Amino acid sequence: MKNRAWINLVMVILVAGLFFTVSCAKKTVVSDATTIEDQAKADAAAKVKADAAAKAKAEAERIAQQNLEDQMANEKALMESKAMAAKNRFENQDIHFEYDSSVLSSMAKIVLKEKAAWLKTNYSTFVTVEGHCDERGTTEYNLALGERRASTAKNYLIDLGIAASRLNTISYGEEQPKVSSTTESAYRKNRRAHFAID
Amino acid sequence: MVSFAGNKRYCFHDMFNKIILSVIYCFLGMGGILFFSAPAHARDYDYINVSNPFLKKTPVAVTEFKAFNGHDAEVKDGKTARDILKEALDFTGYLKIMNSVAFLSNPAESGIQLGQINFIDWTGIGAELLVTGGIVENQGKVKLELRLFDTFKTKLLVGKVYTGSRSQIRQMIHLFCSEISYKLTGKRGVFNSKIAFVSTVKGKKEIFTCDFDGQNIKQVTSHKSISLSPSWSFDGKWLAYVSYARGNPQIFIKNLKEKRGSIVNYKGMNISPDWMPGQLKLAAALSFSGDQEIYLLTLKGEIIKRVTRNWGIDVSPEFSPDGKKIVFTSKRTGTPQVYIKDLETAKVQRLTFKGSNNTSAAWSPDGRKIAYVGIEKNNIDIFVMNIDSGMPVQLTVNAGDNEDPAWSPDGSMLTFTSTREGGIPRIFVMNVSGSDQRRLLRLQGKQTQPDWSMSKN
Repeated sequence: MKNRAWINLVMVILVAGLFFTVSCAKKTVVSDATTIEDQAKADAAAKVKADAAAKAKAEAERIAQQNLEDQMANEKALMESKAMAAKNRFENQDIHFEYDSSVLSSMAKIVLKEKAAWLKTNYSTFVTVEGHCDERGTTEYNLALGERRASTAKNYLIDLGIAASRLNTISYGEEQPKVSSTTESAYRKNRRAHFAID
Repeated sequence: MVSFAGNKRYCFHDMFNKIILSVIYCFLGMGGILFFSAPAHARDYDYINVSNPFLKKTPVAVTEFKAFNGHDAEVKDGKTARDILKEALDFTGYLKIMNSVAFLSNPAESGIQLGQINFIDWTGIGAELLVTGGIVENQGKVKLELRLFDTFKTKLLVGKVYTGSRSQIRQMIHLFCSEISYKLTGKRGVFNSKIAFVSTVKGKKEIFTCDFDGQNIKQVTSHKSISLSPSWSFDGKWLAYVSYARGNPQIFIKNLKEKRGSIVNYKGMNISPDWMPGQLKLAAALSFSGDQEIYLLTLKGEIIKRVTRNWGIDVSPEFSPDGKKIVFTSKRTGTPQVYIKDLETAKVQRLTFKGSNNTSAAWSPDGRKIAYVGIEKNNIDIFVMNIDSGMPVQLTVNAGDNEDPAWSPDGSMLTFTSTREGGIPRIFVMNVSGSDQRRLLRLQGKQTQPDWSMSKN
């Protein structure tokens, strides 16, 4: 559109020049017309050049802006993915217990400290601590044992400064095994406290 | 000689599919009364002691039913009735149903009454007991004439006439079986009892009920959640169970017929309900105090009394038959063990000392024994202990995981969960001695936690 307008303008000038050439043919020198013509041409070229420069500049600015935005978006995404990873880690990393025990192992305590740190950063989250058991032991006893596991974990988090009101507990006993198998390794995986964000 | 002397006659009116019972004593001769009613009232239980672990099965011959009119429907129903009778008597575990190929005579033709039986035919083949049956069927109404004889003493032990509709044949036969049981053991037996249990439906645990023999299966709940630990009230009208339907585990108390009930929903967990014998009260483990303790509750879930007071797991209460004591599981000494608490004196007695994991105790109806689950080296098995001697007897051996023992109302059997068939939990029954272990019912899904109701007699 812009180019066409310029072409039209040049055409108008040229046509006007032609008129002058025609009308003044008898008393003026020809060189004048040439001057005007050259001037117009030069003006037009300069205009095109300036315009192209402005365009290039705008484009450069736009790219810079875009880069900045991309960078910010990337950083944001990175942060989000880090936060998401931390959240996933919080939710997916269970603590494990010995057979018929609700005592926290040193490994479990390390994991709980990490969870407490996360809970402090994410101060508006509420969590349900789920206690689970392996399939040995009777249904009802395991419900009780699972509750012990959940409340031991909850109490440790409270000791680390997390408000009790943010922590809920529930026991599923042996009702929701993580691995359905009767091997020692399956039993080990199933004896756990799981942390679910409400 | 035609005589129903000494026989009680029960009439059934089929209204709203329910038996309304009226008892008519039908005596046809004074001499008959004197002669026949005497043994019926004598409490000679010495025939069979159901809790004897060295019980030898008593051979019983169940003859073909005499079809009095002889039409096809009558003959067919007579055959059905006989099959139900044989299955029910076989289920007791203390009777051995003899193969009819060995029979030397056929009372269905020669006569089913006392004077018409040639007892030498039966003692000769080793039958100690004889059951004869007769059926009269008229326009959908059925009359069953049933008799139990002692072949060696050549006497009638039980004689009954039942009338009702065709659909009630099973019920009538089971009533007669209760009479047989009462005559032989002094107890009404299992024939009018039910079993509640947990089964999965599309992966979700729901509560079901069935008859004592695994027939007549009914789904009670549709919470589509986790439902556990069904327990019958003494009168068989109420079920209490645990469900996660509303989030945390809560106890649902339900009147099966009247569709009413209540929910015990204290903070924390509300689990392992058990009804008190003779009263509509429950014991259950609640954790609202921050510690799991056993409480006595009303029908509406109000706390009557706290039973245990001990840091550590206290769970799975079961009343003694007199309602005065509770057997329960506690971790107070570091490992789960079975304890008895006297509700009046508050005295606590530890029962199990062998092994490091003993749970899920159930009190026998005679009050003398406790069945429980013992776990050793990943073997989960059922034990029975005489409370006085404290000696555990292992009832299941090398047959999968075995849990959830519950006594039959007469104390002759135990129902339990076992994974012996393909690792999938199923409901089994066995005699109290550990013999005759067999699967109770066939149903899709996984079945656990059976609870046996009292007999309704």
